[in-house]
Amino acid sequence: MARGNERQEKVSVHSIVRGAETSPEPIGVLLRELVAHLRENRTQLREEWARRITEAQLLTAMSKDEIFAEATAVYDQYVEALETGTFEALQAYARSLSERIIPRGVETHEVVGIVLLLRDVLARSLFAKYQADFTKLNRILDAYEPAANRIANTVAVGFVQERERVIRQQQEAIRELSTPVLQVRERLLILPIIGVIDSQRARQLTEQLLRGIRTNRAKVVVIDITGVAAMDATVANHLVQTVEASRLLGATVIVTGLSPEIAQTLVTIGVDLGKMNTVGDLQGGIEQAERLLGYKVIPIAATTYDESTKRV
Amino acid sequence: MNESMRVLIASDQDIVTARQKGRTLASSLGFLATDATLIATAISELARNIVTYAKKGELSIRSVETRSQQGIMIVAKDEGPGIQNIESALRDGYSTSGSLGLGLPGVKRLMDEFEIVSVVGVGTTVTVKKWKN
Amino acid sequence: MEVPVLKQGQFLIATVQAALTDEDLIQLRIALVERVVVARSRGVIIDVTSMDVMDSFASRTLREIAQMIRLRGAATVIVGIQPEVAFAMVQLGITLEGVVTALDLEEGLAYLNQAFKNDS
Repeated sequence: MARGNERQEKVSVHSIVRGAETSPEPIGVLLRELVAHLRENRTQLREEWARRITEAQLLTAMSKDEIFAEATAVYDQYVEALETGTFEALQAYARSLSERIIPRGVETHEVVGIVLLLRDVLARSLFAKYQADFTKLNRILDAYEPAANRIANTVAVGFVQERERVIRQQQEAIRELSTPVLQVRERLLILPIIGVIDSQRARQLTEQLLRGIRTNRAKVVVIDITGVAAMDATVANHLVQTVEASRLLGATVIVTGLSPEIAQTLVTIGVDLGKMNTVGDLQGGIEQAERLLGYKVIPIAATTYDESTKRV
Repeated sequence: MNESMRVLIASDQDIVTARQKGRTLASSLGFLATDATLIATAISELARNIVTYAKKGELSIRSVETRSQQGIMIVAKDEGPGIQNIESALRDGYSTSGSLGLGLPGVKRLMDEFEIVSVVGVGTTVTVKKWKN
Repeated sequence: MEVPVLKQGQFLIATVQAALTDEDLIQLRIALVERVVVARSRGVIIDVTSMDVMDSFASRTLREIAQMIRLRGAATVIVGIQPEVAFAMVQLGITLEGVVTALDLEEGLAYLNQAFKNDS
């Protein structure tokens, strides 16, 4: 290609003219030059970047001042990482930045977007500076690109990891709220299980129940699985383990809400239903629990009820 | 953070030492009470296997890290007789001496990762890991 | 380390500590079986509140203790298993099957008193 030849020619001309200086500058020297350029032009490059962020409608959750403040911090960290070649400081900054902006609703595509914009802004300023010396420009870009890509990666990954951590925490909190262990009477606990149970939730349920047994000194526990979405062998195993662990704490467990399908699953995995205390519905389970605890059970409808007329 | 410790296992007192040290390291790494107990229990079983079948060996306990997780790794190593049939040993209910056998399926359930290398006449190495989340 | 065993009425109460070795457990078994006969106890409570790990050996030995004490006409109750320990036990697959368990000392005594009230 014409341009390629032109470039080759330029190199050989340079070598003839410069004589001894035939080898290109080492990367270190190039990076130092690059860093110096970025420091010199700090003000206008930051401003241009902040402007382009607003133009691209990114970080809309933040004010212009906030964007500029964070842009300044990121810019300086960026240059620092280019200069030192180490990324720990940048990683730490990315994490703390993420901690600040995630509660503001900033999303992943915005963070990736602004980092790529900075990369572009800096690359263009390099084009502008070295446009007269195509060879030099290429060499500077050779030094700049891998470092810039690594920086973009570090910041994006840092943000995503922090976001995942926050999501996990929120899920944990939701789980805590949605698995109440209820004390309805002295020494009697009820654990209604609702929804989808994965291994993590099953374990959390078991731990909460066991702690509840100790705190409330419960002698009987009614575990109601009427609301359980799906019961497979894994969940069934967790249920059996929960019953066994409760027994080790001296509590009797009554399982209620067992549908014929679930009973089948339990039998399939080898559970001896004869050993497990099961009752059809929650009310029946509570009544049995009260009997076990020595309470007198008085039925709610003390009067007779005529099934045929559906009247008392 | 890169903490590690080695415990030589040759007596039943060493089993207690190993599991106490394991619990301490697990707690300092941020494992909560239940997980720390699971880890200590696994250590107890592994150390006991060494005493029962190999008379002596060593247990190393250290922190491990990947890019997204932190955890604990335990390596139980002995130069004992080795396990003839690893597959059977890993099946629940397998027993060599009328007891619960090696308890390896149980240890596997307690931890997140489980690896065993055993050669008859040479020895056995069991490596287990548990992650914080 | 020896496990302290106290006499309370017609019952024996053994309180286990945390750093219990296999040897300590075997000594406990021997001691309890002997003392049940000597003291003519009707029941034994083994309080494992301080036990931070219950592994397969401990579980097996406790079951043996309960069996041997039953052969001598007395009942055994294990009390004080901690929630985390209970959880680890079921994961490991040890269930203390056949052994009576209660929440704590108070419940253990209540159980034994009830059992012997029914007896007489």
